[in-house]
Amino acid sequence: MSNQVLNQGIAETARALRSGAHSSVELTQAYLERIAAHNPALNAFITVTAEQALAQAAAADAALAKGEAGPLTGVPLAHKDLFCTNGVRTSCASRMLDNFIAPYDATVVQRLQDAGMVMLGKTNMDEFAMGSSNENSWYGPVRNPWNPALVPGGSSGGSAAAVAARLCPAATATDTGGSIRQPASFCGLTGLKPTYGRVSRWGMVAYASSLDQAGTLTRSAEDAALLLQAMAGFDPRDSTSAQVAVPNYLATLDKPLAGLRIGLPKQHFANGLNAAIEAPIRAALAVFESLGATLHEISLDNNHLSISAYYVIAPAEASANLSRYDGVRYGYRCEAPKDLEDLYKRTRSEGFGNEVKRRIMVGTYALCAGYYDAYYIKAQQIRRLIRDDFTRAFEEVDVIMGPTTPSTAFALGSKTKDPVTMYLEDIYTIGVNLAGLPGMSIPAGLVQGLPVGLQLVGRDFDEAHLLNIAHQFQLATDWHTRAPADLGEL
Amino acid sequence: MAWETVIGLEVHVQLATASKLFSGSSTRFGAAPNTQANVYDLALPGTLPVLNAEALRMAVRFGLAIGAEIGRKSVFDRKNYFYPDLPKGFQTSQLAFPTVGRGTLTIALEDGTTRTINITRAHMEEDAGKSLHEEFAHATGIDLNRAGTPLLEIVSEPELRSAKEAVAYLKKLHSLITYLGISDGDMSQGSMRCDANVSVRQVGATEFGTRAEIKNINSFRFVEKAILVEAQRQIDLIEDGGTVKQETRLYDSERNETRSMRSKEVANDYRYFPEPDLLPVVISDAYIEAVRATLPELPDVKAARFQQQYGLSAYDANVLAGDRDTAAYFEAVASANGDAKLSANWVMVDLQAVLNKQELSIAQSPVSAAALSALLLRIKDNTISSKIARTVFEAMVAGEGEADAIIAARGLKQVTDTGAIEKIIDTVLANNPAQVEQYRAGQDKVFTYFVGQVMKESRGKANPAQVNDILKAKLAGG
Repeated sequence: MSNQVLNQGIAETARALRSGAHSSVELTQAYLERIAAHNPALNAFITVTAEQALAQAAAADAALAKGEAGPLTGVPLAHKDLFCTNGVRTSCASRMLDNFIAPYDATVVQRLQDAGMVMLGKTNMDEFAMGSSNENSWYGPVRNPWNPALVPGGSSGGSAAAVAARLCPAATATDTGGSIRQPASFCGLTGLKPTYGRVSRWGMVAYASSLDQAGTLTRSAEDAALLLQAMAGFDPRDSTSAQVAVPNYLATLDKPLAGLRIGLPKQHFANGLNAAIEAPIRAALAVFESLGATLHEISLDNNHLSISAYYVIAPAEASANLSRYDGVRYGYRCEAPKDLEDLYKRTRSEGFGNEVKRRIMVGTYALCAGYYDAYYIKAQQIRRLIRDDFTRAFEEVDVIMGPTTPSTAFALGSKTKDPVTMYLEDIYTIGVNLAGLPGMSIPAGLVQGLPVGLQLVGRDFDEAHLLNIAHQFQLATDWHTRAPADLGEL
Repeated sequence: MAWETVIGLEVHVQLATASKLFSGSSTRFGAAPNTQANVYDLALPGTLPVLNAEALRMAVRFGLAIGAEIGRKSVFDRKNYFYPDLPKGFQTSQLAFPTVGRGTLTIALEDGTTRTINITRAHMEEDAGKSLHEEFAHATGIDLNRAGTPLLEIVSEPELRSAKEAVAYLKKLHSLITYLGISDGDMSQGSMRCDANVSVRQVGATEFGTRAEIKNINSFRFVEKAILVEAQRQIDLIEDGGTVKQETRLYDSERNETRSMRSKEVANDYRYFPEPDLLPVVISDAYIEAVRATLPELPDVKAARFQQQYGLSAYDANVLAGDRDTAAYFEAVASANGDAKLSANWVMVDLQAVLNKQELSIAQSPVSAAALSALLLRIKDNTISSKIARTVFEAMVAGEGEADAIIAARGLKQVTDTGAIEKIIDTVLANNPAQVEQYRAGQDKVFTYFVGQVMKESRGKANPAQVNDILKAKLAGG
């Protein structure tokens, strides 16, 4: 088996396994070796589950041999370390959960396991999914495979770096304000954040419950379609998961784009946009025009309020979601507490990192009597306005496009001093979460050797259309096949 | 100075669901600690709540029973505070949009009048676990079996004006929830817990005084005592020139006093906000009507029917209808012997006295409804007198068998033979010439003396009505 197979995505990998070109055990072994070689530099994985992976691969090979293989059987992947995995540590990149082993699988983990996929391990992330650079991890920052001096984006930085560095063909991730799309953009990947409610949140450690959504980081839209097919659907254990039928995402990938109406939010192409980013975005839009699409300027009038609203709602929910980490039942517990208050204070002071503590404090403040109306209620009103903007826009257009991020990947440490600068990273992505809509980021070009992402936003539960649009672009371009150069030979 | 007590009650009723409000764990009482807490109850990361449909149905049943508006879109909120027996660090409750809105409860007072008390709202929430301080040295044990048990918190307007009214309200509430089958209402096991908001003001005042909240009172008797002692404390305080502080107090039943809770135990800002893990609960007309169709005959309706159908007094009808088992027992007795008044008296007086003495519920009665009815039939057909019936009843309670068997075994059958009764009367009159003289001289009261003597002579078995008639005739005839 040539190591070149590690350059294959899910679809190709699955085809190779079914054709008998190599076994899942051989493939899994090769990925484990590549992780062993490159993870020390990248820090993309928190936990590698080699033994379990080989056992799952052997089971997959048996299924393949019996002709019982599905479209994902035997294909390796990695899970962001906030999906609970039965018997394997789920740390959320926090000291608080460094010793936490869940006795259950998240629904996402369960479904992908049932589909025959092989879990290679758990990927690094910003602690409790709070961050845009993967620098807020108890296990240290993740490096961008395109340039180890740069961040991979966050919070799903480990998943993105692992897929970009060919340490796994695909990874799960989550997106609360851009945590799939921004790392996808920084690492040259296809990132899909489904509609809120499309994928079950059960067993996914909560950051901001009304915004969190599980999705995928893959090499292509076709791979994203394959994964989403297995992940999506109603889950009786998640009351917010949607009872909306799951279409066949592969069936519509090949639909032509003639007549597609693309909306360009004027706010996303305004003065703030870096000219270096704008050029590849405009070039990508020209590709869509050549495929028969038309471009229309739209307005998302309240987009400038999205970061402010997000940084009230998300921390408010987080402040309550993270109250359970109190040192009483599981997780980190301070040494020799004097009394209950001491237990709480030291456990939480020592167990949480600074960004998590900052958001808990912001959220607690926003919910206090006397501030609640001015912050939380106001933010919810803005959230409604932001959703209304999208609803109105989708009366005129079928998809909204623009840059995923204001810049390409930035240097480690360059934004850690000023949280607000870091928060502004999510200016294009965060409104999509507030509106609950599906969004993607796909590779649209390189600027000074670094990937640039194009964001696609669709109507509620219109993932099939987004995947179709992205796939057609990927048939016409090869940006999504570009890999970081200096990671050693495959 | 005349003072008036103003009371509002917040009653937590534990709903009798098999599983918890948001998880599938059992709610059974008395299991070994922490054996009924699953991953959600333990607040493990990533776990999510799923609303128990049965708990919702029970809340709606209650709402319909008090004529309340049902919240068509009720919303769960997180009430945030840290405590070791609150695993999530927040209690899921309902703040702005409760499932049950305004309704009313009519209470019967001892003077025979009724009052209608407004209920502000009733909201669903989950219970906390238990902290066990005594069993552990230098540590606190946490039992999460109760954590997540569904509660319905029923909040009254501050319209109750005495401790007795408060108890009447609670008893009516208890009657209603047991009728509805939504709770066992067992206060000793915490299935029904009461917080009382108490304030005092001068009679005639329109403004409320400052209130104190007495937390977690766990019996009807303690509710009455706690309110009385707290109201007196406030009156004394004001009359001594002090002012009442708005605070939370605990009732100490051993000392019969209320005392302030340490301020630490009182969280002051719960930072409520809508629970994002649950969607608003949308309740349709069809759902409400389906629930309404399953409501049993409720106490007030039943009491009215008892008055109308059986000719009972309002008081008797209310007492009998107030408890579902008692009402069923009464109806079984009355329908078997056809004499509702007699049946009502026996159930309310004689049977109740036995049950009280033996601390039994009517469901555990040593005398079945059929057995009691058989006894009452013997009064009606003049086999025995009411007085003898009490003797027979005592024997039935003691387990000596059915009424007829006891009457036969003890030879208690009533004497209705006119000749036999005349003979006894003749003997009595012959033995008491002086009293005969007195009666004939106009002292009517002596008549009862003769009756007594005749009954004594017959060892209680002579038919009292026949004794009356024959005695009257004989005394008149001379």
